[in-house]
Amino acid sequence: MANPTISEIERVFRQEYGRAVAILVRTFGGIDIAEEAVQDAFTAAVQLWPSTGLPPSPVGWIITTARNRAIDRARREATRQDRHSAAMLLQSSDEGEEGMRDGRLELIFTCCHPALATGVQVALTLRLLGGLTTTEIARAFLVPEVTMAQRIVRAKAKIRDARIPYRVPSEDEFPSRIGAVLAVVYLIFNEGYDASSGDRLVRSDLCDEALRLGRLLHELIPSEPEVKGLLALILLIDSRRLARTDPNGNLVLLAEQDRALWNRDQINEGLGLARECLRSSDPGPYQIQAAINAIHCDAPTAASTDWPEILRLYTRLYALQPNPIIALNRAVALAEVEGAKAALGAVEELNFSGYYLFHAIRADLLRRLSRNTEAALAYDAAIGCANNLKEREFLIQRRQALAVTDLRS
Amino acid sequence: MKQYLLTMYQPDGDPPPPEVLGKIMREVGVIREELQAAGAWVFAGGLHPPSSATVVRLRDGKLLTTDGPFAEGKEHVGGFNVILAPDLDAALEWARKLTRATTLPIEVRPFRGNGDH
Repeated sequence: MANPTISEIERVFRQEYGRAVAILVRTFGGIDIAEEAVQDAFTAAVQLWPSTGLPPSPVGWIITTARNRAIDRARREATRQDRHSAAMLLQSSDEGEEGMRDGRLELIFTCCHPALATGVQVALTLRLLGGLTTTEIARAFLVPEVTMAQRIVRAKAKIRDARIPYRVPSEDEFPSRIGAVLAVVYLIFNEGYDASSGDRLVRSDLCDEALRLGRLLHELIPSEPEVKGLLALILLIDSRRLARTDPNGNLVLLAEQDRALWNRDQINEGLGLARECLRSSDPGPYQIQAAINAIHCDAPTAASTDWPEILRLYTRLYALQPNPIIALNRAVALAEVEGAKAALGAVEELNFSGYYLFHAIRADLLRRLSRNTEAALAYDAAIGCANNLKEREFLIQRRQALAVTDLRS
Repeated sequence: MKQYLLTMYQPDGDPPPPEVLGKIMREVGVIREELQAAGAWVFAGGLHPPSSATVVRLRDGKLLTTDGPFAEGKEHVGGFNVILAPDLDAALEWARKLTRATTLPIEVRPFRGNGDH
């Protein structure tokens, strides 16, 4: 294997960031020191790996190097600062196998602690466990980068100063703590399945990360229906990952996907879990969304999709969570059941002008109604809001196809 | 161990009737005993109403003394507990007990210095 380039090293670090930070947080008891140590290890890797090649276990190398750098740093600073904490670091430096145990679940519960605001929980988890940069997180939440950076710095200071523990909550605390964790895992998955920026549509590392966290949660609390629902949901959506892009990485819509490319093992696993959820008389939002995706995955062709049932499920979901994204998805189902005109009416009731899918869906509905000039304008608005290169290319193509039709008519 | 300030906020106006207040005070007393038994108690106090407050401040280099309180609001600090706890979860658990007993919102804030890294 050829020696890695800087961007390949960056990719390895991104991929292993969460695991490394979680273990170092456990070792050193602080997030900043863990993050600094991983950053130090990155600097060392950039100097070393291009000539030595990747080490046999990159994550092991990162953790060992980061740990040693943190200890060096503590030794240097010990003369003028805190000899006691330096001694603690040295003691904890040699934990062997135990020190390598996955600490991400503890860290995710810290990130999702109720003492932190929801937006902060999501940002911290994406940052510390997903390894996303502040820029990417800011884009995902449509806030300025400076705002997001401040939010993360303050959150880390609060964890340190108020001493929010790194701990999986006890069984009786679980019900009240799990919702935030589920929301965060699903957001990580969405960022992976539908990357908010960059030149790739799908970020498989984040999908895998969300799936891994989803499985871990399900393993830990198999009796929690929404944990099951979330895992089913992620498995079912993610089963379509390969079919979602063509060989050039361009977007392929659900209706046009080659269903033979769908991952049958994941579908079967997801359907099994979704069926268990269906037995619940009072399914929560993740279970309902899993049921919607089970219908898609069950249909042998796009034309045989049971849209009326999907519409019913979206109506039920909207009753539980009346937010504009769900309303937008419901409108897509409405278009299949009642036609584009009814759906357009529903879409136009929403005030959602900063979100590219709002414009993209509106454009598609207008196109179906042969209102091409308006459709072109809506596509322009969508192109203006789309931060992902592949999504933008897809929208530009659609808009161009429209112009051709326009000329003919 | 770390010190936390548990501040109790109560609405302005008359206190609850004696039979209600008496029950609350007994429950708070029990929690105080629990705090002491757990080695978590540092200091606590209840305050007279805000109308009893006086504010001293510096304006244009001169010390001014005025009738209080410092901030007018619908709620005021009614009392506080200073406790020792290993982490925020433990401090929040004490705060929950106090909130259950008093029905009042409680703000939990870590003290600077002690136990900081």
